[in-house]
Amino acid sequence: MNNGQELDIQVENRDDSVIVTPIGEVDLARSPSLRSRLKQVLGESPNRLVVDLSQVPYMDSSGVATLVEALQQCRAHDCSLFLAGLQDRVRSVFEIARLDTVFTMTADTTSALDA
Amino acid sequence: MPQSPSIRIEILSRADLLAPVRAMLISFSERFGFDEIETGHLALAVDEALANVIRHGYESRPNGRIWISIFPLEEPERRIRIEIEDEGRQTDPAEITSRDLAVVRPGGLGVNIMQEVTDTCEFQRRAPGGMRLILEKTPRSAADASDQHHTGPSENGSQ
Repeated sequence: MNNGQELDIQVENRDDSVIVTPIGEVDLARSPSLRSRLKQVLGESPNRLVVDLSQVPYMDSSGVATLVEALQQCRAHDCSLFLAGLQDRVRSVFEIARLDTVFTMTADTTSALDA
Repeated sequence: MPQSPSIRIEILSRADLLAPVRAMLISFSERFGFDEIETGHLALAVDEALANVIRHGYESRPNGRIWISIFPLEEPERRIRIEIEDEGRQTDPAEITSRDLAVVRPGGLGVNIMQEVTDTCEFQRRAPGGMRLILEKTPRSAADASDQHHTGPSENGSQ
């Protein structure tokens, strides 16, 4: 049961790629859910990880930090990480943190899977 | 502070309370005249401030008290002032600094974000204990109106 603090996260496997889709706001209360799920997914050693952020209307620095951790884990395990479908408000947080050029961002998951 | 806040609320130092505070702040700031991006930035700044208090001021203890006061100000220019006070661990304001963003690592972005999206971001020691953070932000529309007021004739080509 979701008590409101657990982030709804969908995971889909496609060939050697994994698409992780968090649904809802990612803040200090919910970023641990995302961190835990990403860690679990990366433990399965995918070649490509796509985080679909199209259904995330808000993210704070704890969410950004979670994705930076995922990026570091991906780099250590030769996995490509893509952030797809960022909404303007969420993208602006990455821009403020000067991370918009560090991550590979795509318009949607299809573009990430084709890259 | 001579003026009373329009809103003053007290919350416990719990992460699950960040979302309702954001909702309140977004509603208030939209009606004050901030556009959608500015409203999001203001909510983000307060969110980061509260997260810092929870994680560092109260070291994630859930029973600390945090006060959020909102002052809509008109002079010398239209702006919103938000004070966030706590009774947690005190820190020398001079030691609360932004970090080098060229270093890609998780965490430590809160101060950078608060400074980037507000006009004023000032930490103070609070008596008898805890910290006070003052955030101020002017709506773009008010800043533009102020600029036009000061430069109006020349912008129209008049001398």
